[in-house]
Amino acid sequence: MPIIDMKSLTRRFGALTAVDSLTIAVEAGEVFGLLGPNGAGKTTTIKMLTTLLPPTSGSASVAGFDIVRQATSVRRAIGYVPQMLSADGALTGYENLLIFAKLYDLPRSERVARVQEALAFMGLSDAGNTLVRQYSGGMIRRLEIAASMLHRPAVLFLDEPTIGLDPLARMAVWQHIEQLRHDYGTTILLTTHFMEEADSLCGRVAIMHLGKVAAIGSPAELKATLGGNGVTLDDVFVHYAGSTLDSGGSYRDTSRTRRTAQRLG
Amino acid sequence: MTLQEQGAQRSGWAEAILPPAANPLVAVARFIDKTLVVAELEARKLRHDPTELITRAVQPALWMLVFGQVFTRVRAIPTGNLRYIDFMAPGILAQSVLFIAIFYGIAIIWERDLGIVHKMLVSPTPRAALVLGKALSASVRAISQATIIYVLALLLGVRANWHPLALVGVLAAVILGACFFSTLSLIIACIVKTRERFMGIGQVLTMPLFFASNAIYPISIMPGWLQAISRINPLTYEVDALRSLMLAGGTNTYGLGWDFGILLAATAILVVIGGIVYPNVAR
Repeated sequence: MPIIDMKSLTRRFGALTAVDSLTIAVEAGEVFGLLGPNGAGKTTTIKMLTTLLPPTSGSASVAGFDIVRQATSVRRAIGYVPQMLSADGALTGYENLLIFAKLYDLPRSERVARVQEALAFMGLSDAGNTLVRQYSGGMIRRLEIAASMLHRPAVLFLDEPTIGLDPLARMAVWQHIEQLRHDYGTTILLTTHFMEEADSLCGRVAIMHLGKVAAIGSPAELKATLGGNGVTLDDVFVHYAGSTLDSGGSYRDTSRTRRTAQRLG
Repeated sequence: MTLQEQGAQRSGWAEAILPPAANPLVAVARFIDKTLVVAELEARKLRHDPTELITRAVQPALWMLVFGQVFTRVRAIPTGNLRYIDFMAPGILAQSVLFIAIFYGIAIIWERDLGIVHKMLVSPTPRAALVLGKALSASVRAISQATIIYVLALLLGVRANWHPLALVGVLAAVILGACFFSTLSLIIACIVKTRERFMGIGQVLTMPLFFASNAIYPISIMPGWLQAISRINPLTYEVDALRSLMLAGGTNTYGLGWDFGILLAATAILVVIGGIVYPNVAR
């Protein structure tokens, strides 16, 4: 049984259909990428799968639990890093993790050890007692990923994990995501605009366009569909989703993305 | 990309977190636990940066010093056998709790923009525990405020009641008041979702809540329609409780049981509503 199983998952906001009858199955242990231009419905999909937003119609299960009827069980089984910078700048890195260790019902006797382990895993041991507002953008992202893995989730949702990061910080985040999958077998669903990121991290990707899947497969398969040598994932993206430069992405999305980028910079 | 080979075997996935509570008593204990964790977050922040507590105390200090001093001399307001400064001290305490709590919702909007709300909502924490935890966070601030007003009141010669039970009662009234008004604020924030609209509504609410209460004058001198409003204003019952607990020889109009009963019931209703509307912030 797929670990993420979407069946005709749909979400409408008034007249707008943000996610239009999505049917995707992700197997355990995959790193799966949702690609697409702004407004394609990537974040809305993640919000539904993480129980933040109820679907208008259709259904989905995560780790074997229905996202509507068994929302609490889903929450116990997943980790989530939102697109925005969500670590609390007024607390230290250690405190940020400790709060989540408590909210996720980690056994009392293991909390401190697991927080230290997560900090070490993400290369943040030395910065544990520093206030997060003094962290660099890449460190904050790593801290957020550390917070999302404390309870050893079966599925991790990363919404634009490297948005606003410089190339070096981006590489470090990629390496940690890959390491996470390698060491823990975590299934990872991420969204991104960066084709390079999808190409190097994801086993399979789905290119979304106007709420629908325009293409799905491994990066190599998708490149093969366009034939010829030297086809990049960028070309694939433009082919499947590039027809509307002025389509999605509201003022609010753009303002939020820029703000995230600014805070990271 | 090269992976580090991990020498030590990582602990398994199973039993990574405690199983869901089967026993209702355990569930209640966990609920309280989670509520306190949300409040702990606030307390930790304040410990790192307490400046806000000081700056927030300026306004109530000015009320006591300027308004209180002048009106004590004027003797325009009938306050029974209490001096005016004694009469108003609990009112100003309640006012500072109100002002701190009623704008607390702005923090929710801030956390929404940061994605902190989203992470909280994705965690397996009951919504009502998140809301009540936020309410207690506001109380943490309100308590520090109350301490400053107590010191100020002493300096101005207010005759306080130092009986330990009375102090516990004051603490309880401050916490309950902060919980009520901050949850009201949270509900408004969850509905309006933007800072601008929230500030507008907050400004519109504070003054009527404050003046249509017994905080700085007794209800008996109000016109009938205003008396009716004051009687449904929870601030009135908070002030009434504080007035009898905080002062040596303090008086009480409605009875402490009634005061606390109303505050508790009103807060409980709002926390339930808050738990229902809170997920809206993340949508």
